[in-house]
Amino acid sequence: MVLISGLVVQGVQMLLVLFLAPLLTGVIRKVKARLLRRQGPSLVQPYRDLLRLLRKEAVVAESASWLFRAAPYAVLASTWVAAALVPTFATGLMFSWSADLIAIVALLGFGRFALALAGMDVGTSFGGIGSSREMMIAALAEPAMLMIVFTLALVAHSTQLSTIASVFLSSHIGLRVSLGLALIALIIVAIAENARIPVDNPATHLELTMVHEAMVLEYSGRHLALIELSASLRLLLYISLIACIFLPWGLATQDSGWEAHAMGIAAYAAKLLLGGVALAAFETSIAKMRVFRVPEFLGAALMLGLLGTLLLFVSRGL
Amino acid sequence: MPVIVSLWSVAAFLALCPVAIGFARRPLGTPLVYAACLLVSLELLLQAIDALVSGVPGSSMVLPLGVPWIGMHFRLDVLSTFFLAVINLGGAAASLYALGYGRHETAAHRVLPFYPAFLAAMNLVIVADDAFSFLLSWEAMSLASWALVMAHHRVPDNARAGYVYILMASAGTTALLLAFSLLAGPDGGYAFDTIREHHPSGIFTVLVLCLALIGAGSKAGLVPLHVWLPLAHPAAPSHVSGLMSGVMTKVAVYGFIRIVFDLLGPPDWWWGLLVLAAGAATAVLGVLYAIIQTDLKRVLAYSTIENIGFIFIGLGLALAFQANQMGSAAALAFTAALFHVFNHALYKTLLFFGAGAVLTATGERDMEHLGGLIHRMPQTAVACLAGSIAIAALPPLNGFVSEWLILQAVLESPDLPQWGLKIFVPAAGATLALAAALAAVCFVRAFGVTFLGRPRLPAAAQAKEVDGFSRMTMLGLAALCLLVGILPGPVIDALSPVSRSIVGTAMPPQIGVPWLSIIPIAEARSSYNGLLVFVFMMLSGLFAAVGIHRLASRKLRRAPAWDCGFPDPSPVTQYSAGSFAQPIRRVFGRFAFNAREEVEMPAPGDISPARLRVHLHDIVWDAVYAPISGIVGGAADRLNALQFLTIRRYLSFVFFSLIALLLVLAIWS
Amino acid sequence: MHGLSFDIAHLLAGSLVLVSFVLLYQDRLYALLNVYALHATVLVLSVAWQAYIQDAPHLYITAAIALLFKAIIIPIALHRMIKQLGIHREIETVVGIGPTMLAGMGLVALSMVVMLRVTADADSLAREDLAFALSVLLIGLLMMVTRRNAVSQVVGFMSLENGLVLAATGAKGMPLVVEISVAFSVLIAFIVIGIFLFRIRERFDSVDVQALDQHRGERR
Repeated sequence: MVLISGLVVQGVQMLLVLFLAPLLTGVIRKVKARLLRRQGPSLVQPYRDLLRLLRKEAVVAESASWLFRAAPYAVLASTWVAAALVPTFATGLMFSWSADLIAIVALLGFGRFALALAGMDVGTSFGGIGSSREMMIAALAEPAMLMIVFTLALVAHSTQLSTIASVFLSSHIGLRVSLGLALIALIIVAIAENARIPVDNPATHLELTMVHEAMVLEYSGRHLALIELSASLRLLLYISLIACIFLPWGLATQDSGWEAHAMGIAAYAAKLLLGGVALAAFETSIAKMRVFRVPEFLGAALMLGLLGTLLLFVSRGL
Repeated sequence: MPVIVSLWSVAAFLALCPVAIGFARRPLGTPLVYAACLLVSLELLLQAIDALVSGVPGSSMVLPLGVPWIGMHFRLDVLSTFFLAVINLGGAAASLYALGYGRHETAAHRVLPFYPAFLAAMNLVIVADDAFSFLLSWEAMSLASWALVMAHHRVPDNARAGYVYILMASAGTTALLLAFSLLAGPDGGYAFDTIREHHPSGIFTVLVLCLALIGAGSKAGLVPLHVWLPLAHPAAPSHVSGLMSGVMTKVAVYGFIRIVFDLLGPPDWWWGLLVLAAGAATAVLGVLYAIIQTDLKRVLAYSTIENIGFIFIGLGLALAFQANQMGSAAALAFTAALFHVFNHALYKTLLFFGAGAVLTATGERDMEHLGGLIHRMPQTAVACLAGSIAIAALPPLNGFVSEWLILQAVLESPDLPQWGLKIFVPAAGATLALAAALAAVCFVRAFGVTFLGRPRLPAAAQAKEVDGFSRMTMLGLAALCLLVGILPGPVIDALSPVSRSIVGTAMPPQIGVPWLSIIPIAEARSSYNGLLVFVFMMLSGLFAAVGIHRLASRKLRRAPAWDCGFPDPSPVTQYSAGSFAQPIRRVFGRFAFNAREEVEMPAPGDISPARLRVHLHDIVWDAVYAPISGIVGGAADRLNALQFLTIRRYLSFVFFSLIALLLVLAIWS
Repeated sequence: MHGLSFDIAHLLAGSLVLVSFVLLYQDRLYALLNVYALHATVLVLSVAWQAYIQDAPHLYITAAIALLFKAIIIPIALHRMIKQLGIHREIETVVGIGPTMLAGMGLVALSMVVMLRVTADADSLAREDLAFALSVLLIGLLMMVTRRNAVSQVVGFMSLENGLVLAATGAKGMPLVVEISVAFSVLIAFIVIGIFLFRIRERFDSVDVQALDQHRGERR
């Protein structure tokens, strides 16, 4: 019985993230448009786009290999698995122990690796420029992410997301500067990893300013649909991650009843909405930075992570 | 597993050398020698695995060879058994690969005799149980590999590579010689048993540690002693490159562990700091240099340096934890380091074999001339893809597991009492993460430019898939990478006796953990399950594929590349290896490469092409070796005069030297 | 310890270190001044909180002085000065921003190690304040060392002084007189430097301190 309910919760989570992700993208686009005093597309527009792309034929370059066609599936699979392992509305998911925070980040790295290779597969200049810059940004975000994990692990004595969430939920952690620093650092990393403004512009189609979009330039039809879906999923994942660590309120626990789970889902929806609106407001208020300013931006995240760790040592050392 | 088995195998390898000389110029020679090496290595590998799994204690023996009355001591304990397994796994793979690859060898008579000798020497280092036989076999290993590096001595760069290599190898052996002389027991006891009973103290400990770092580190490729490695490893034939990078550097790691963990006595906390710092610098600089290389084999050689950095980070953590009596953390760090030794042996040999296959098929090592090989060499490409994912430390392959374990060990560091370590270890962890992420950049570039895109030269366009033996070896190694990645538990369990014998404790047994997860410390703390991650990824990928092909359009049309509307059919418009490295070069250029860019822009109306020149320097070479080489060169010029003296002068030199030595003796006693 | 009150003190002192880093990260002069105002505001909050938990009303006066001069008057004055001088609004750095921040991290680590070891038996709140204060001070010095522009050197100096005030309030029993004198000495220093700036500008048409070095015939 426990097994079945565990499986059900895990299954609900997997489907929930998959189906909520485009909606989140829709919300962000809508809010951004409203902030610019535009009407903006409807909330369900991303779903329509995905369906439209799925129905179209896929055009594949003549020089592309099997890797080009396989990569979108690999990206979706790794992102989806990663997103399914982050506690969204309930902690103690059935399989949450199969990967801790480090492994979840690495899973996303796998997807990026596949997509970067696919960017180089056709043999054009834009694909290469996208892959090269995307990998650079990712490489610089990685140490910052590790320092964040380190800070969290210092407080919670765990890298397991469920454990971190329940530690932050239950015991008295108090106001910690280092956690605030970790939060800012995590937001910076999330922005970089999701190719959002100011690191990259998801809406641009001006060639030399694109990073992520240049990498997937050759994709069309169902492959593009998969990549778009993965991008939405990744954004959802990072918002869920931030929510589950820093706003763990409302998370249902493993053995709580259906009401708690329903509450958890409602709280999760509220957190997503909050995250989406905040992201949209932030993106509207800031300009994209030059590519070679990004290392400094990510360096700041690394500094914050290191500083957080140091401050924690101080408060532990007392 | 009795040590005698291993000694007989060494004898068998050595016996193969004269046979190889005899058969070297005949067509039968190549398959004969490699098949024999394969058999002996396989036998040793199976014995070693059996001994590791069943936990049979080793044995020791003394042979009446070498220095009279002392003899040569040999012993096989669990640590040696593990390294024996690693060496012979690499040896067996290289021999199998060479069955096919060796046929294309143009200088077989310069490779065949030394190949078994190289394998024999590496095996002998592992079982040596006194300083004399250790140094003897260490030097034999250096010389045999040097001969293999020089196999194609007419290629201009190879002569220099061999020269630098032999210099560095001699310096390293000298350092080890000094280390052992400081370690020796009171009455000159050079057997490891005697040394173990008498730890050096005070300043001698420091000296021995530094000498061990220099001696073993120079062989392994620690920065700043790495300069020979990217020259020498690529110069050798590819199966030997694989052995040198994947296996010989591991013998050096063995030497370091043997001296520092085993012979030197209980560690002090700052040992860990020293080793960690060396490891972190090595990891980052190694991968940064790997990213800017365009020679495929040189990329791999630099990436070896990076991985050696990972291993030394693990060892440094183990030392730090061990010094503070944090048993379980020390065991975790040590096991992680050994796990990485094993993993790196797997994927680095695989990747070197892949580079060798590319070299056979196209005659090119320069990535800027390759491209599009995935179409012409599909199986090699798949194997290399697996190797690249593994070395980039991405799940679900094996590289990720060992990196994850090292990071878990890093996360144990807040409990260390020393502030220096407390602050430095997280920084080292961040460096490790940076190096791992840069490794992903490096291998996206290496694989992408070589195998993907469009062929840049006709040689790449007309490549043919390599022979069956090579493909079998590469695919086999790739399968092993995957297998170890999804089932890391048994490997960790097999390593626990090693860890118990060296650091005193072992990681908790993983065999009984439900769902085959691995749990390094405690379940609430962290766990990873490669199998489930792999299965989930497969299932969700399959689900997406089936769903889309059932419900959505299955139509596919081939068309020219889009490229924002301006596709150019010329393959030179592709992103090249140099351009792929540009962002990293620019971000780290100042501090890591001392980079300088010159742009020559012609005046408007002038039709000469614009030029961009990039000057990159190896900062270590500039800062350390260039001055040394200048001093040595200057001194040599002075001493050159000595070659043109009369006989009387030479005799007087000999005479005065003799008198001086006698005087020293007289004063000393 | 005291739970929340300790946490807030920790939070404020930690934020001061953080804002010091933000100062290091800036590459525009106006933004630098704004961040400096923020730096001073955080200091004011921190001092006020110390006044509250230590029950030391004279610290409120310190806080008020700091708020008035450091958070309001000095930044506004510097703003005007930059406008009048019409100088280049980008900050010229000697070392890149990334390495400077890394060096800053090293300094923080160093001051933690030193302070926590030296003050092993002091009150934990004071220990922590001292460690943070030393970090702020060192980062301020670092900023003075690595910036070419005289205005950013002034800002570095004043953030350094903020570190001093933080240290002074953390350690109980610093007399008000000393603090007022410190505050005024800064004001005077500021005025002196301000005048100085105008003079440099008149003579050399630049506030790049390198111009001074060149005038002295030194070679970099």
